[in-house]
Parts: sequence; C-alpha cells; structure tokens
Amino acid sequence: MKAAVFTWEATESLQAASRAARQGSRLIAGGQSLGPMLNLRIAQPESVVSITQIADMRGASETASHVILGACITHSQIEDGLVPDIGSKSLPRIAANIAYRAVRNRGTIGGSLCHADPAADWVTTLLALNAEALTSSRAIALQEFFTGAFRTCLAPGEILTAIRIPKLGGDKKFGYYKACRKPGEFAHAMAAILQTGAKNRIVIGAMGGIPLVFEGIEAEPATIATALATRAPALDAVTRHMQLIAVKRAFENLAA
Amino acid sequence: MDLAQAELVEKGGVGARVIRKEDDRFLRGRGEYVGDIKLPAMQELAFVRSPVAHARIRAIIKPEGFEGRVFIAADLAGVKPITAISGLPGFKASSQPILAFEKIRHVGEAVAVCIAATRAEAEDIAALVELDLEELPAISNMLAARAPGSPLVHEAWGDNVFLETRVNQNFEAAAANAAIVIHKHLRTARQCMSPLEGRGVVAVWDRRLDQLLLHTSTQMPHIIRTGIAECLGLPEDSVRISAPDVGGGFGYKGILLPEEVCAGFLARHLGHPVRWIEDRREQLTGNANCREHDYELTAYADHDGTLLALDAQATVDAGAYSLYPFSACLEAAQIASILPGPYRMNGYRCTTWSAATNKPGILPYRGVARAGVCYAMEFLMDAIAAATGIRPEEVRRKNLVPPEAMPFDNITAKHFDSGDYPEALRRAVAAIDLPAVRARQATATGAVKIGVGLAIFCEQGAHGTSVYAGWGIPMVPGFEQATVRLTPDGGLEVRVGIQSHGQGLETTLAQVANEILGIPIARIKIVHGDTAITPYSTGTWGSRCMVMAGGAVATACRELSRRIAPIGAHLMQVPVAEVIVADGFVTAGPRRVAIAEVARTWFRRPQDLPEGSSGGGLEITAGYKPVRDSGTFSYAAHAVVVSVDTEMGEVKILDYAICEDGGTLVNPMIVEGQLIGGVAQGIGTALYEAMAFDENAQPLASTLADYTLPGATEVPVLRIEHMETPSPYSFFGQKGIGEGGAIGPPAAIANAVNDALRPLGVEISELPITPRVILEALLRQK
Repeated sequence: MKAAVFTWEATESLQAASRAARQGSRLIAGGQSLGPMLNLRIAQPESVVSITQIADMRGASETASHVILGACITHSQIEDGLVPDIGSKSLPRIAANIAYRAVRNRGTIGGSLCHADPAADWVTTLLALNAEALTSSRAIALQEFFTGAFRTCLAPGEILTAIRIPKLGGDKKFGYYKACRKPGEFAHAMAAILQTGAKNRIVIGAMGGIPLVFEGIEAEPATIATALATRAPALDAVTRHMQLIAVKRAFENLAA
Repeated sequence: MDLAQAELVEKGGVGARVIRKEDDRFLRGRGEYVGDIKLPAMQELAFVRSPVAHARIRAIIKPEGFEGRVFIAADLAGVKPITAISGLPGFKASSQPILAFEKIRHVGEAVAVCIAATRAEAEDIAALVELDLEELPAISNMLAARAPGSPLVHEAWGDNVFLETRVNQNFEAAAANAAIVIHKHLRTARQCMSPLEGRGVVAVWDRRLDQLLLHTSTQMPHIIRTGIAECLGLPEDSVRISAPDVGGGFGYKGILLPEEVCAGFLARHLGHPVRWIEDRREQLTGNANCREHDYELTAYADHDGTLLALDAQATVDAGAYSLYPFSACLEAAQIASILPGPYRMNGYRCTTWSAATNKPGILPYRGVARAGVCYAMEFLMDAIAAATGIRPEEVRRKNLVPPEAMPFDNITAKHFDSGDYPEALRRAVAAIDLPAVRARQATATGAVKIGVGLAIFCEQGAHGTSVYAGWGIPMVPGFEQATVRLTPDGGLEVRVGIQSHGQGLETTLAQVANEILGIPIARIKIVHGDTAITPYSTGTWGSRCMVMAGGAVATACRELSRRIAPIGAHLMQVPVAEVIVADGFVTAGPRRVAIAEVARTWFRRPQDLPEGSSGGGLEITAGYKPVRDSGTFSYAAHAVVVSVDTEMGEVKILDYAICEDGGTLVNPMIVEGQLIGGVAQGIGTALYEAMAFDENAQPLASTLADYTLPGATEVPVLRIEHMETPSPYSFFGQKGIGEGGAIGPPAAIANAVNDALRPLGVEISELPITPRVILEALLRQK
C-alpha cells in the first residue's frame, strides 16, 4: 500500500511545529512507527511536519541527579554512548535491543514515548525509572503522561521536547528483561524494575493496555503473581506465566 | 580449497565451486526486476479486495467520476476464469474468477481493479469503490469443512472436498500381529511463502506484432503463456511472457495469477502499458498459502523396532480454488505417495482429503508435502524408539532401505534410484557427536533442557511424464529442451525455457556446457525466462532444472560438437573420424584448432569451407529425458541439538549438521547455498511461521510484524557433509537437490524439542513450535 496524499514540511522552530500540530498536522520525528502507519493508511493526516531539525530537541545534558535527553535523540545515539547515561550502561543496553539498527538509526526516544506503544522498550523502562516528560510548559511524570495504549496526555500543539531520567547509583538498581520471538521483534513479555533500597517499582509491559506499575507490598517477588492476577484478571495463563518469568529475570538482572 | 578443486574451478566444468556469474549484478544491486521496468505511458493498478471471506455480491458501485478507471468482472469481456483440473477420479473442479462476481470465497479475493498514474492514486480510487455484500457463514477449519452441514465454498459440489484418495497396500495383513501400536495426531500450520520480491507484472500490447507482452515475476513463463492465452482467448503466438530477474520463487511464482490475466486484458483494452506490483499485505492476506496438513497416524511395529505397517488419514486445507497449474490436489496426492519416506514396510493404508475452505488456495512450497510428511514419519520413528526403548538412530537404521537393495521400489511404487541412506544418517549423527550431547543432556540442570532430533528423508526430483500424467493436471513435463548456438567470435549462447530465480542456473548450466565443449565459462551466456527466445519448458519447480535443463544443455552441446567436428577436421585437413571436440578445441593427435576458429570460419569465412558442407549450422535445439523419468532421489539426514527454555518456552538451535547426497554435484558451493536457504525456510516452518485465521476466516496477520519469518539471527551456521552417489538415470549422475534443505528442519527440530521435553512428560504435536505452544503444554501438565 501507499500512503494517502499529505503535505510535508520540515521546521527548525518549536513554535512553528506547535502551531502546525494545533492546526491538525501530524508531527514526525524518526518516523519508524508513523511511516508504516502512513503506508498502511492507518494514519491519514493532511499534513506532516518533521521536527528532527529543531535544535532544542536534539540536545543532551546531565546534572548530579538526572540525565536529560532531547526528544529527537535517536536510539542509536543512546546505544553508542554519545549521550549521558544514568549508570551501569542501562540506557545503552535498552537502546541496543530496540528493533534493528536501521530502525535505531532513525527512531527517537521522544517519538517512541509519544507513540505510546505498550510493547515499546522506552515506555516500560522509563516508567520504571520514574522519568518525566518535559514540554515547553510543564514536566509530566510518565505515569500521567500515558493515558492508554497509543494515547498520551499531551494537549493539542503541546510537544514533548525532552525526557528527564533520574540517575542510578547509591541504593538504586535497575533491571530489565523482555521476551521476543526473535531479536528485533516486538516483545510478548516485558518487565522493568527499579529497586531503591528495599523498595521495588515493577513495571510490566507488552500487554493490551498501558504497562502496569507495581509498588510497595505488591512489588515483591513473593507477591507480584497475586498482584498481577488482581490487576489484570483477564490475562491468559500463558501470558501471565511469561510476564512473571520476565519479572523474575529482571530481578536477576538488577544492577546499580 | 584443495589443489584439485582449484584446478577444477580454473577449468570450470562439472563439480567445480565456480563463483556465481549472476552475483556480479545481484550483489551490486543491479538486478532488473519487474519493479524496475518503467515504460512510457505506463499506468498502475490497484485491486479492490474483499474484506470478508464468504459473501454473495449484491453490487459493486464505482465511484462517481471514476467510472472509466474502475473495472469489474462485467467489464472483462470475453475473459474466461481459471480452471485447474486434476484428472484424478472424483476431482471436483473450481472456477476461479479473474474478478469475483456473484460470490466471494476468501478474504483478499479481487473484486475490482482501479487504474491511475500512480499506485497511491489507484489506491485512492480503490478506497472509494463500494461493495454491497450479503455475508455468508464462512468455513476456516478444514476438518469442520469436511463435516456434514458445513457452509459450502462451492454450493454445486454438495460438500467441501476437492478430492478424496485411498490407497491400501497389504495393510490389514501386515498390521495384524503388531506388538506395538502407536497413534499420533499431528498438525502443521498454514504458511505464506515469502520471497523477498513479491509478484508483479507489467503488461504491454505490441501493435506491430499483434502480441501481448507480459513481463512477470514467474517460475514458468511457457506455462503462463498457455494459461494467459486460454483465459484471454488469444492464440499462443499472440502472447509473449518474459520473466526478468525474479527475486525468489519457492513455488509462490508457480501460478497463473488473476492479476496477470487482468493486466493483460487491460493493456490490450486500453492501449497503454499497465503495471501491478504485489505488496506485502496482498501477499500475506490475499494470495496463495501453503503447507496446512492434519494427520491421524497409526504405526504398527515390532518389539525390535521394525515398522510393520502404517495407517494414515491426512487432510490438506486447499483453500477456495484449485490453482493453475498444480491444482488443489497435488499436495494431498503427494502425501499419499511419499508418506512412507525412505523406509521399508509391508503394509500401508492412506486416505487423503483435499478440503475446500474460505481461504486463499494453496501452492506447492519448496519441498511441497515433504516437509509435513517428513515431520509425520520422523515423529513416528521417535515414537517407536520411545515405545521400544531402542535409540532413535537405531530404529531408523533398522527400517531404512539399505544400500544393497538399490535401486528399490518402495510400497507406493516410488523407484529409489541409488544411495546409502544409513550411511548418511551415521555421518549426521557422528557430526553432532551424539554421545557427548547425551552426556550434557543427562547432567543439565535448571530450566534449560537439551534435546537431540534426527530426520532423514529422500526427495524425488525431476520426475517426468509418467509421474505427472497420472495426476492429470494442466501441465505434464515431457522432453526438456535447450538451444545452444555459437556466436561468430566463438562464444556460446545457451537458451533454456526454465527460469532461474536464485538457483544460480546461469552458472551451473554454463558449467555443464563448459564440461562438454570446454568453452570458458565467461564466454557462455545463459538466456532464460522468455517465451520469445527460449524453447518450450514447463519451467523451474520440483528440483528439476539441474537434471532436466542440465541434461538438455549437455545433449545440445554434444550435438553441437558433432557439427563442429567436420569443420575442425576440414581446417586441419584430417578425416573427421580422427578428431575429438573437447576443452575448447577440435583435436586430432598433436594438432588442434580452437572452437572459436571453427565459429569464425562458418560465420565469417564460409568461402574456406567445401561447397555444400556444414549447412546445418552451429545452432542446435535438442530435447532430453533421463533414462527413466520416475525421478532422481536425493536424500539427506539432518541432526540438530536444541535447548529449550522451559520457563519462557524459547527454543535455541545449538548445533545443526546435515549429510546430504545429491548425486554428482555440478557446483557444491551452490548446493550448499541451496541447503542453507532451504534450512532457513524449514526453521520458519518449525518454529516461527503461521498464518492463522479466525472463525470468520479472517487472516490474523497482515504485515511482517505479525507474520514472523526467521532472519539471520535465527539461522545457525550449518555443518554440511556431501555424499555423491550418482543417479544411474541422469546425464552426469546429478540429482535434484533444490528443496531438501526445507524438508528436514521441521522434523529434526520438533524431534529435538520433544527429546528435551520428554522427561517432563510433554509432547508437542503441532507446528510451528512457538513459546506459547510449549508453555501451554507445560502448564497443562502441571
């Protein structure tokens, strides 16, 4: 199939992009999800505006406690260590296992979050890491940012410009595991864990809806099975089993 | 490469690992495919395809303002439907419309075609076409389709069975006193053959020649010409089929397409070229499938592991239409005739059904029914091993046809031409160091289990007239032809009616010609894939080209050498009886004259030849059939070691060894390439590929994100060992070997997975073996 007709322009101005989005344009960064959607005519916007030339969205910086990645940073920039990491090579390791290198060369971290595919690596891992989505007007905890599968809380014309991710270290450890039919495919089971001292934050992704976040008493190796059964009662036995194995293996992968 | 092989490559003949001639353009991205053909005034086609599986068509409404750009069945004046009839008794014929009218029988069936300057604009128009459909209950399960009361795909039949076949060879007597009786129910998934290049066609009406020219991505140009001529009501000389580079076929391009007929009609009707390029969505959801089998098997054996008799009921889901030329029944007919595999048995009974459902029709995919049949038979061998406590390799050895029995006529009258099957098995088992793997298996702890799987099979290739006449399908191969012609400067042009789409035939056929005449490989050009310039052939399928076209090229070259000899003799002024033609020269004792000089003389200096001699010229078309046309039987043993993660259900291939025998190998490197590619596809059958349909016969995958194909990371480094037992019936002793790689892996891998799971009391009896299938079985067991 070929895409339905649309106009295309690139902008270097965040304001211009925002204005276009308010008027119904679809923003495109790496296009690794939107491209296929256009081709399959699942998305039929009249106008598409490319934002990867906006300088403000391509920067990366760090503070003592956080890493801030521009929304248009590509997966391969993260994979190759060209931007700051949160520790233990956690971000490069996540990035290195996203799809294929050709996808990583163009696909962006911000694009992945805005697409909000429940099976995407960044959606689950950054939820676990307590990352925040930054727009020109506000900072949004990712748990509020995602409002459903393929849905975010961004207002019309509001653009995700950067992601702020707390660093590991001290008593903070991160673990991640995903199961795919083969390298590069979308995962069918996925778990990420942020352990702070004795407290765990477990996120289980690659399910029908937005990834599930477990904290406190629910987020223990001994209680997570019951918690998952309670929170996702419709899950079939095999999927539940796979997700719990993913959690187990994410615990085994914990690193500071 | 050893010295002998290095010399052979330098010389170039049969047996040399010559680098593929065609790779120079392919590896540089300079192939010329249908999609590369651009013609002035060419317009693009997009088909409107049915969103439902079974419906009566009330109306198809063309969008206002686009009436001239949309064509429906009623607009295709004089165009006939496609019928592929089998002559087997009881066969029920289907009529496959070029564009559906009255009724729709599967999702993706074309109901209208739209034309525009670009594909995107044609799709815009297609999206505006309205279908007024009365949806009917659909049937997507082949066993349910066979049951009384099922919705009917073709009402006039009264049931959903294209064909039922029964064979019984001494079954009751042989099974009567068996000590061990084993029953298994096995299933294989429906697959979508997925060559890198999909199908495509560019149709042009040539006013000067009054001829339709179809550039189409096909494996069989001459067969397509016949089919197109019949559907469009044209004489065959008014149809020319030209296949440019074809990016993989595997059976998917061994078909006459409604899209080709449509494009041909429109090019003639509209007076300008039109093009249709299949996209991945059409390939996955609208066009032909393959491989879906259901087996009820009962093996009767002795305590010592001897297989006494086999009883089988096999159903094949043949989809909605019998496809041209192979028909809906080839697959099931093949199951009945080759299920016994390379084994001896005294009794055999088999009933098959080719069931019609509301799914696309089926085509014979690489290996045809053999991938399923080998899986079934090898599954039973392991079951006998488990029941008797005898090692799997020993059970097989006991039942294989032994070398001293060759040639051997098996229980279904297949004539195994030559080989040492037990030796191939022994070598494959030795290659994986079975005792060491068993030791690892015994000491493995934790969630990851180790398993070993074996498979051995033989592959009938290049079977000819006597075999196909029995099936009575629209295409029966007879003599294979080749044209060879010297060029005035001493080069050789070889014209063959088969089509090379990955097999490396531009290299191997040049090696054959080089073997006979000695003309350097670089000066031999293979011309193929065009009905206007090649002799008739049924095309490339059934592992037939190296035997059939190879034999034809050798025969034609030999006849050409008989035309070369007297000219060379005259130039040397010696009697023709004293000369031999070989290695690029005509030689008489110490004297010789180059074939190039012979060519130069005949074409450019005829005054140097005696008046009235050599009028026949230096261009020959010769026909060839093997000594026997019952086929060559290559064979192979596959041995595989896997690990199974019993927590996540994942299977990893740890080691994969093959010992194969393709008779005399024309180019061992190309044979190895064929094996590697075939195994990749076999791994897909074993572990990844399934086109599932829901109860409304809706396909559940429409992109390669949902239809999982194996990729580079899923294909292990294979260890390949060759045996070379010549066939007594072919020109050089060569055997067809193109499909074998795809046949063994489902059986070997499934056996390995079950070997790993056996201690847990779990057996997987369906393909593909996905993590979900494994975990469902394990969780059921808990």
